[in-house]
Amino acid sequence: MSDNVLSGLAEIVEEVAGVAADDVTAEKSFVDDLDIDSLSMVEIAVQAEDKFGVKIPDDELANLKTVGDAVNYITSNK
Amino acid sequence: MSSDIDVVITGLGATTPLGGDVTSTWDALLAGKSGVRPLTHDWVEKYELPVKIASQLVVDPTEVLPRVEARRLDRSEQVAIVASRQAWQDAGHSDDTVDRQRLAVIIGTGIGGAITLLAQDDLLEQQGLRKVSPLTVPMLMPNGPAAHVGLELKAQAGVHAPVSACASGAEAIAWAYRMIKAGEADVVVAGGAEACITAIPVAGFSQARTMSTRNDEPEKASRPFDTARDGFVLGEGAGVMVLERREFAEARGAKIYGRLAGIGTSADGYHITAPDPEGVGQSRAIAASLRSGGIDPSDVGHVNCHATSTPVGDVAETVAIRKAIGDHPVLTAPKGALGHLLGAAGAVEAIVTVLSIRDGVVPQTLNLENLDPAVTLDVVAGEPRKIKLDAAVNDSFGFGGHNVALAFTPA
Repeated sequence: MSDNVLSGLAEIVEEVAGVAADDVTAEKSFVDDLDIDSLSMVEIAVQAEDKFGVKIPDDELANLKTVGDAVNYITSNK
Repeated sequence: MSSDIDVVITGLGATTPLGGDVTSTWDALLAGKSGVRPLTHDWVEKYELPVKIASQLVVDPTEVLPRVEARRLDRSEQVAIVASRQAWQDAGHSDDTVDRQRLAVIIGTGIGGAITLLAQDDLLEQQGLRKVSPLTVPMLMPNGPAAHVGLELKAQAGVHAPVSACASGAEAIAWAYRMIKAGEADVVVAGGAEACITAIPVAGFSQARTMSTRNDEPEKASRPFDTARDGFVLGEGAGVMVLERREFAEARGAKIYGRLAGIGTSADGYHITAPDPEGVGQSRAIAASLRSGGIDPSDVGHVNCHATSTPVGDVAETVAIRKAIGDHPVLTAPKGALGHLLGAAGAVEAIVTVLSIRDGVVPQTLNLENLDPAVTLDVVAGEPRKIKLDAAVNDSFGFGGHNVALAFTPA
C-alpha cells in the first residue's frame, strides 16, 4: 500500500471532515469509524481525483468502504 | 388566541454588527455605536455599485465555529447556530431539560443562502459540475438555518422557517407563541438569521432605490425618522430567543426575562414593496397583538419600531402606531445603529424590546437629529431614556406587505 497515497488521502479527509490525519488509517471504515457521510464522501472523491489524477466513478465510490480500499483503488488506477 | 397558557422568554442569543452576543450588542446600542462600515469587497468597484457601505458583523462566525462545521454551513446558517447556542445556554437548557418531542425550532430568513448560491454558480460556470459542492442545496435553502439548529437540538415537535422578507424573524417568534399557546410545544427556539451582503442583493436593493448612498459617512447613513434619511443600510446577523410555557419554565427554575403577551399578524394587500401610507394593515397587526395579549392600548409605554430609514416607510409606521395605540408611546428605531438585518431584524429587535422592559430603558434612535415634521410622536434621540414599561410593542414589516407585531410585558 502506498504511504504517499495514504498520507495524501488523510490530508483530504482532515480538510473535508475534520478527522485528524493520524486517525485515517487503512483499516478504518469511512462511515462506521470516521463518521463521514455520503455528501462528504463525494467531496473527498473529487479532491482525490484532482490530487492523484484518477477517475472515481460513482459505482466505484460505493465500493470504497475503508481507507485501505480507497488507497488500493487509487494506487492501481492512477 | 384564547388559551390559559402563558408564554415567557428564558434565553437570548445574538450576533450583530454591534457585538458578538446579546450583552455587547445591547451595551453598544445604549452607547450610541454604529455597526455601519465601508464595504471592502472587490465587487463594489467592479460593478460600480452606488452603495459602498453595510452593517457588518463584529465577530465573524468562522472565528467562533470549528472549521469543519463552518465549511458545511452557509453564512446565514453559521449565524443562526451561533445565536441559538447562546440562547440555549442562556436559558439553562441541557440534554435532559426538555423532552425533544416537546421542543420546536422556528428560524426565519429573508433571503436564505444567497452567498452559497452565487459561489456555487460561479464554480459551475467556471469549473464545471464536478466542482459543485454536494452541500449546495442544504446550504442555500431558506429553511437551512432552522434545519441545522433543529438538528443540533434534536427538536422534534416541529422545525419551521417562515419567509416573509424583513418580517421573517418576528414571524418566527409569533409562530412560536402560537405553538406554545396551542399546546404543541413546551419550549421553542425562535428567531431570524440573515447574511447576504454580496453583490446581487446590494445591486437589486439599489435598483429599487431603497438604500442609503451616504457612502462618505457610513455611521450616519441609517437615520430613521430624520429629515435627511435616504434609505436603509443592509446588515447581517442573527437573533434567537428561547420561549417557553410559563409553568414549564418555572418548574425547572429558569430565569424569566419577560413575557410575550400577544402577537398580531396581517397583510397589507396594497403593493409588493411600498407600505400602505395610511398604515391600515400595520395598525391591524399592532391592534391584534394588544387584543391577543389582553393589553389596553393606554398601557403601552413604548414601541420598538421597524422604521428602516426610508422616506415613505418610517412615516407610515407612525400613522399605524397612532391608529392602533395612540399618541402616548415613546418610540425608538434600533436600525439607526444596527442597520437593516432583513430576516434577522425582527428577532434582534424583539430582544432589544425585551431588554428595554427588563432594564427600564429605551435606547436612542441613532442619527436622529431633525425629526421629520410628519412624525408627531415622541421618538427617543440623543441618549437612552429611562422609563418603566408595563408593556411594549415591537413592529416588523416586510416586502410583500407582511406585518407582524409582538407585545411584550414584564416577567
